Amino acid sequence: MSGTRPAWARELVVSVAAVVLALAVGAVLIIVSDAEVLSTWTYFFAYPPDALSASWSAVADAYGALFSGAFGGLRQLAETLVQATPLICGGLGVSLAFRAGLFNIGAQGQLIIGALCAAWVGFTLHLPPGLHVLVALVAGVLGGALWGGIVGVLKARTGAHEVILTIMLNYVALYLLQWLLTTNAFQRPGRNDPISPVVDGSAQFPAIPGSRLHLGFLVALLAAGAVWWLLTRSTTGFQLRAVGANPDAARTAGMSVGTAYTLAMLGAGALAGLAGVQQVLGTNSPLTDGIAGTVGFDSITVALLGRASPIGTVVAGLVFGALNAGGLQMQLQTQTPLTLTTVLQATIVLFIAAPALVRAVFRIRGEGAGAVLAKGWNA
Amino acid sequence: MTTTLTRPERSAAIESPEERRRRIRTGILALVLAVLGVLLAVFTAPKTAKFGLSDQFAAAQLPDISLPALPVALALAAYALVVALTQLFRGVRGRWARLLWVGFALALVVTFLCWAAAGKTFPLTNQLQGTLNLATPLILGALAGVLCERAGVINVAIEGQFLAGAFAAAVVTSATGSFWAGAFAAILAGVLIAAMLAVFAIRYRVNQVVLGVVLVVFASGITGFLFDQFVKSDSQRYNNPGVLPNVPIPVLSAIPVIGQTFFAQTLLVYAMYVAVAVVTVVLFKTRWGLRVRSVGEHPRAADTVGINVLRIRYQAVLAGGIVAGLGGAFFTIGFTGSFDKDLTAGQGFIALAALIMGRWNPLGATVAALFFGFTQQLQGQLQILQTPIPGELLVMAPYLATVVAVAGAVGRVRPPKADGEPYEKG
Repeated sequence: MSGTRPAWARELVVSVAAVVLALAVGAVLIIVSDAEVLSTWTYFFAYPPDALSASWSAVADAYGALFSGAFGGLRQLAETLVQATPLICGGLGVSLAFRAGLFNIGAQGQLIIGALCAAWVGFTLHLPPGLHVLVALVAGVLGGALWGGIVGVLKARTGAHEVILTIMLNYVALYLLQWLLTTNAFQRPGRNDPISPVVDGSAQFPAIPGSRLHLGFLVALLAAGAVWWLLTRSTTGFQLRAVGANPDAARTAGMSVGTAYTLAMLGAGALAGLAGVQQVLGTNSPLTDGIAGTVGFDSITVALLGRASPIGTVVAGLVFGALNAGGLQMQLQTQTPLTLTTVLQATIVLFIAAPALVRAVFRIRGEGAGAVLAKGWNA
Repeated sequence: MTTTLTRPERSAAIESPEERRRRIRTGILALVLAVLGVLLAVFTAPKTAKFGLSDQFAAAQLPDISLPALPVALALAAYALVVALTQLFRGVRGRWARLLWVGFALALVVTFLCWAAAGKTFPLTNQLQGTLNLATPLILGALAGVLCERAGVINVAIEGQFLAGAFAAAVVTSATGSFWAGAFAAILAGVLIAAMLAVFAIRYRVNQVVLGVVLVVFASGITGFLFDQFVKSDSQRYNNPGVLPNVPIPVLSAIPVIGQTFFAQTLLVYAMYVAVAVVTVVLFKTRWGLRVRSVGEHPRAADTVGINVLRIRYQAVLAGGIVAGLGGAFFTIGFTGSFDKDLTAGQGFIALAALIMGRWNPLGATVAALFFGFTQQLQGQLQILQTPIPGELLVMAPYLATVVAVAGAVGRVRPPKADGEPYEKG
């Protein structure tokens, strides 16, 4: 134990080390998948500098583009925040469920239903500007809450496992969306492909002129604040955390575990629904069957990276937002595929989840927080 | 059976409140399904429904089965209704219970088919063929899950093992021209993801559900990256594996109707048959299987009698990787003949659902996987028949069915007791 440094500093060291390790894995991938660079390695033993410099420049070019795409200027910075916005909301949804001891794999489905409801209000009702945004936002959040709440109720009443329920409801939501996009209520008039009408301007989050950064980012931060307050300052939050820490003990103490599960999933769904709201009202994407993209699944990794705390989730969302924004630039500039950022994201979380491994690689001493919530199906 | 013991279910005249609740819950569920069946039957057109027994290219053409759609549907729906009501008021018990429930499910399926196919021809052989094709990877994936989870390691990463296997099979088969090499590579790739699962779950005690999700993202990222970076630009060379040839088994493949479907298949399908048998036998009839189950149920006790818990867990997870890797290979060299990004499209998660619906039992998981394959294939078939129900809603059916099953019909499924709990020698 290195008792001199506080716990958060030790965790920070491990987190940074995990990012470095992930970048190293990415570098290896860049090198081995580039035919030109790889060819210089064939005569490595005859003339090493060639291979090393070619590898270095390939990696440096890609990561340089990644970095400048994320932080290279105001426009890039704004794009990072835009990309981070839905991830923060979705990540909060997963985190909240986590704290109550539930695995919410269903952010994807909750997001879809949220987007569905928000978009419908956005292009069907025609209300005055301020009110329209608000109604659409509430509709989306309620839609997500409903979708998450179903899981909470079923879990509380029948003991069915939430992982399976959420995975299945993801598919149900996706096919529901696909079907609705073929109906008159949702399909854009005059189109045969599954795409919805454009959301009214009055229902969109106002954006900073000249950039895509919109009010939704502030909404996401507010949501993070609300979750923080809920978890640390409210009685309900205390009960959620108590149930999450030990359901049996919480039950013995007179708390209703079922109610806690239901509330947690309602809240988680509402937050994931908010991520869907961000997709349609923030970046103004019309509803298509790809509206959720990979945001729902990325939310899980964001929540893990943020160690299921609201502040951590915001930071993790920003990191992933930067990787997404920078990844796009990297793909444009150096033809390094965007999928590399997916690898980086997964590897970062993998290393963060196993602090012992990171410590072993970097020979960092000390015991940090262990693995996140090690529990099984039976919990 | 010459047992003289009284059967427990007959002697138990009083049912516990828990049993009563379950009986009523299942009864209501069955009743809802049966009423839906009756509705379908009532609205069935009074025409002939034909069921095609051989496809157009078959050497020996068999005549279609023609059924009067309306009466058959009515009769079957009535049967389902009787079973449901019996369950609700009395409980379907005893020796024939299982058979009655199988009949219940079949009756509803055939009622549905009569409704959909009235006045048309439903190609039954296509349905069977498609079911088997779609179910094969699901079965292999679910078996991989069974192996892992019986040993106490949750495997949400099946999808990742699929992707890795599918990618490796496509690339290696294309590059070497050998299906054997491709299948071997797929196994290696599956085992590689399984090894990551094992090391992080067993050694570093990372939460296993979390770990599984991350490994899926990882596999999706890495196969997607390698695909974008070097496969896509030269797909003729790296992504042109072709599809495994069918190898008809003599005699068996000559059985009418089912022979061609089940016994004129690719080696991967036969590997699936073998895997079902092997996993079942190994798990329940061998010493190693007993050990696997014991470390999944009560690792402390297993440790006490001298079983190396961690080693058994590693072995089981890696063995699962072999099976899941083969399942992945099916997507490319067994079926579509090329790799595309995320081509497994969440089937790994369906395999996971099949595993849970099958109650962590290899045969149960196989039946559940066949059910998923059946409904997925049915959706395509019905689009051709042009029923009034939109296809998107029909694809939802298996997922909704899983929700209903997990929340109601199956009752409270009991996973292996130590599933998901890292073991620390203490």
